[in-house]
Amino acid sequence: MANKKRIRFTFPQQLITEPVIYDLGHKFKVVTNIRRAEVREDMGWVVLELEGTEEEIERGLKWVTSMGVRVDPVSADVIEG
Amino acid sequence: MSHVTGLRCRECGREYPIEPLNVCDFCFGPLEVSYDYDAIAHVISRESIAKGPLTMWRYEDLLPVDGANAVDIATGFTPLIKAKNLGRVLGLDNLYIKNDSVNPSYSFKDRVVSVAATKALEFGFDTLACASTGNLAGAVAAHGAKAGMKVFVFIPADLEEGKIIGTAIYGAKLVAAKGSYDDVNRLCSELADTYRWAFVNINMRPYYSEGSKTLGYEVAEQLGWRAPDHAIVPAASGSLFTKIWKGLKELSDLGLIGQAHTKMHLIQAQGCSPIVEAYRQNSLHVRPIKPNTIAKSLAIGNPADGFYALKTLKATGGRAEAVPEEEVIEGIKLLAETEGVFTEAAGGVTVAGLRQLANLGVIEKNEVTVAYITGNGLKTQEIVRHVANPLIIEPNMESFEAAFMAAGGPRS
Ligand SMILES: Cc1ncc(COP(=O)(O)O)c(C=O)c1O
Ligand SMILES: [Zn+2]
Repeated sequence: MANKKRIRFTFPQQLITEPVIYDLGHKFKVVTNIRRAEVREDMGWVVLELEGTEEEIERGLKWVTSMGVRVDPVSADVIEG
Repeated sequence: MSHVTGLRCRECGREYPIEPLNVCDFCFGPLEVSYDYDAIAHVISRESIAKGPLTMWRYEDLLPVDGANAVDIATGFTPLIKAKNLGRVLGLDNLYIKNDSVNPSYSFKDRVVSVAATKALEFGFDTLACASTGNLAGAVAAHGAKAGMKVFVFIPADLEEGKIIGTAIYGAKLVAAKGSYDDVNRLCSELADTYRWAFVNINMRPYYSEGSKTLGYEVAEQLGWRAPDHAIVPAASGSLFTKIWKGLKELSDLGLIGQAHTKMHLIQAQGCSPIVEAYRQNSLHVRPIKPNTIAKSLAIGNPADGFYALKTLKATGGRAEAVPEEEVIEGIKLLAETEGVFTEAAGGVTVAGLRQLANLGVIEKNEVTVAYITGNGLKTQEIVRHVANPLIIEPNMESFEAAFMAAGGPRS
């Protein structure tokens, strides 16, 4: 079943120049749709929507995380003190 | 009566109807409530507010719900104390403590949840929910009970017993999720997409967060309708900090107080200080971190309102300070020993930050300064257990006197 997920990627400096989002869309059956982003010399973040099956998105995000990119739900931390 | 006109995206400005919605469909930015301030200006005055109840609901015209239906357990209008003793220690002549640790469930979270629960009923939800490590959990459980709603509270499995009991007692359904903080966080954000529940800090967030404005209103009113020169506020998501300033600005824009000139200072503990770190880098974007702090109620590594907190710091000329972990306990003790107020770790962070700002000379002796104490010490007793070292004696005079003299006698 196709479904959509809203995600925020935070890139450390050494990954800013890597085509992580392009690779995500090619290595996995996931459609990437960027909504907002900022990239600076020392870090970058991208807010995007992913579309695909639950399993494929899950696999894709595992891979992105293994690359060293931080993956968060779009509403930032949900657990509060 | 509520004067809300709709929701508006804080990033792209798109407008949305009043619905249980917290993210813009277009740019995924956060949504905020918009008001008809002209209508509010027509009905509100210092007198109309003074006639209201001695709770946060005296400011109902500035809240995004109809106050007549408020889920009200008498939250708010907590004491503002002139802190002469602590002021003497820090060299400040006009220091005040806003003691918000004496709310019904013992933290400022009652303010936000009172609004969220009221809005949830307006929307027709029958279940109130949250993901929390303590204070929010208790506030949601208490207000849910009052509202006659079902309550689900999601907690990390390793939470302290005191907080679990302080939530369960209200009849809330507790779900303890095994896993890392990030796992639990991700699960909860998925739950909010799946269940038709009012998650106070997710789909109710635009309404919920407005409740914190009352901490700005109350302090201004209690100071005799003026904004303080300095406000010292602890931060996790950064929402409280941002909304206190919004509250002061609204009063000033409505002409209820003079120009709001308050320098808003934001404090975090060293082990979880992503907002302070961004401030130091002169950046408006927070780099998420993994929290490792004694101040568990402030342990948010990826703060939702970090960006807006940083903008508020810039706009008001306030400072962001991180305090060393060991000073958190010192802060708790200092406040208890000087002012008779027992706060939790978040309050220890505030007091330690206040001391840091005073030492830096950021606050002048005569300036009106308010330190926000947002949670109660009885909730986190385990972190100060070491203060209890009673003299152990036999129940007779000799034994007492021997122990008393051994401990230093009348000079101790
Ligand atoms: C006692 C206490 N003070 C302050 C905060 C910070 O609030 P915010 O997340 O709005 O920055 C929290 C909760 O997160 C809290 O529990
Ligand atoms: Zn938007």
